[in-house]
Amino acid sequence: MIIETFGITKVFKALVAVDHINLSVEEGEIFGLLGPNGAGKTTLLSMLATILKPTEGTAKVNGYDIIHQPAKVRKSIGMVFQAPSSDELLTGWENLYLHAMMYGVPSNVRRSRIDEVLELVDLKDRAKDLVKTYSGGMRRRLELARGLLHKPKILFLDEPTLGLDPQTRSHIWDYIRRLSKEEGVTVLITTHYMEEADALCDRVAIIDHGKIRALDSPANLKMKVGKSMIRAKVKNPNVEKIKSLPYVSKVEAKDGDVTIILSEVGAHIQEVLCNLGEASFVELRDPTLNDVFLQLTGRGIREESAESWEEKLIQVRTNG
Amino acid sequence: MGELSGLYALWYREVKVFLRERSRIISSIVNPIIWLVAFGGGLGSTISFGGADYQTFIFPGVLMLTVLFTSIFFGLYIVWDKRMDFFKEVMVAPLSRLTLFTGKMMGGCTDSLLQGSFLIIIGLFFNIKYTPYSLALVILFLLFLSAATTSLGLAIGAQLSSFEGFGLIQSFVIMPLFFLSGALYPLENLPEWLLVVTRVNPLTYIVDGMRGALLGLNHFPIWMDIGVGLVFMVTMILAGTLSFMRMH
Repeated sequence: MIIETFGITKVFKALVAVDHINLSVEEGEIFGLLGPNGAGKTTLLSMLATILKPTEGTAKVNGYDIIHQPAKVRKSIGMVFQAPSSDELLTGWENLYLHAMMYGVPSNVRRSRIDEVLELVDLKDRAKDLVKTYSGGMRRRLELARGLLHKPKILFLDEPTLGLDPQTRSHIWDYIRRLSKEEGVTVLITTHYMEEADALCDRVAIIDHGKIRALDSPANLKMKVGKSMIRAKVKNPNVEKIKSLPYVSKVEAKDGDVTIILSEVGAHIQEVLCNLGEASFVELRDPTLNDVFLQLTGRGIREESAESWEEKLIQVRTNG
Repeated sequence: MGELSGLYALWYREVKVFLRERSRIISSIVNPIIWLVAFGGGLGSTISFGGADYQTFIFPGVLMLTVLFTSIFFGLYIVWDKRMDFFKEVMVAPLSRLTLFTGKMMGGCTDSLLQGSFLIIIGLFFNIKYTPYSLALVILFLLFLSAATTSLGLAIGAQLSSFEGFGLIQSFVIMPLFFLSGALYPLENLPEWLLVVTRVNPLTYIVDGMRGALLGLNHFPIWMDIGVGLVFMVTMILAGTLSFMRMH
């Protein structure tokens, strides 16, 4: 286990941001922390990166205790922060050069390492430009490159694609996959984008209110919800009848909007639709991680994006 | 070794940014010229002290003003750094807080000493005559001043979380330090309260030492000026280091 937490907890005044979390991450995997804003993901990550001290409990990162051996932990990790953290007043190359010196990359390999990581994120031809002139996606790539410069065993990515457009996002995903494969680094990533956790992670921990609600591979998590879903608009749905069908595991009806979770949808859709009532709209889809979250907590991940003042306070604090 | 190259990295960053910001360099040259020409020239048309004309008299004071403002604002700027996420990346680096402080401090010193050197050159156009001895002394005093006040700025800035307190720092730290130092007036014949205050202000000794070196007009013996400057610098460096250790 390259990362292991032991009842790690962080309390801000009255708010328990991270609540006795026990978690282990295997070497080489891409591990996701998925949850709404303010769920405690960034707080957990900050503690593992030794930026914040836990109120209770501890963790081991690369075999080092985060409380007693912070310097060794810091050498083992690369960190990409939620907000852009490259120095705008310097060029991309200079940013990397400074990082290499601060992390003790030996002077004889500094330049070649910088070239290597620049190549990896396709920024070689812009390396001599000031970061000020970079696009959001380029800055992220630079920060990814920087996180890898000192060959860390673990890479922490805090919301790596926050605020990026879909195309850039999928590019970043490609880079992260490539890094994990080519460099063999363990990646711990926080996100509130379910597509991101689904597309990228080997295993996902769903976090809500500082606690882990579920932990498994994205496929297994979705499997637990049910094989497939039917969404239909029906005026007077015969909910009871549908519920009694043996292959239906869950039915939800709200204002004529019906969601049915069932197995082997292809074989049963005819019977379901016949029994449901007259539908004005029918949609078939596979469950997403949002459905998993919905089932676990009773609400969607995005519904919580309007943060409470306490959560904002914490974000300001951890950012500042 | 790791700490040392980290130190170099921190210093390199500050100097690089400073040299890149042309507007700051230009204003650092223009501001003191305005002081010398407008203030020194204007007031100098009616007054002079100890045989030196007023413009020459305040030159050491203006030199101090330039280095003081650059240093202390450089230090206070850490408040902004802390809010920007790139400083977080520095905070996570496997470097001790002492290294972090020293790197920043040396970066700030370099910036303000560079500005001081521009002004020393400008001094040639204002009838300031340098000898190797006087030049060495002036540089020594500027070093004390910039190390001490950069540290002071960093010490205060590390404890602040926003710019809200800046007005207060300006009113209660920077302005008194400058105006109560004898930078603009001689230390003789002062009213009782001002006499006491100027003697408590370490900047008094620094400006006095420089004035002594350049114009031969010291009020205190040179060893006293050097002694106070040295103690001031060491104390402020300690304060800054402590403040950085407690910063989060």
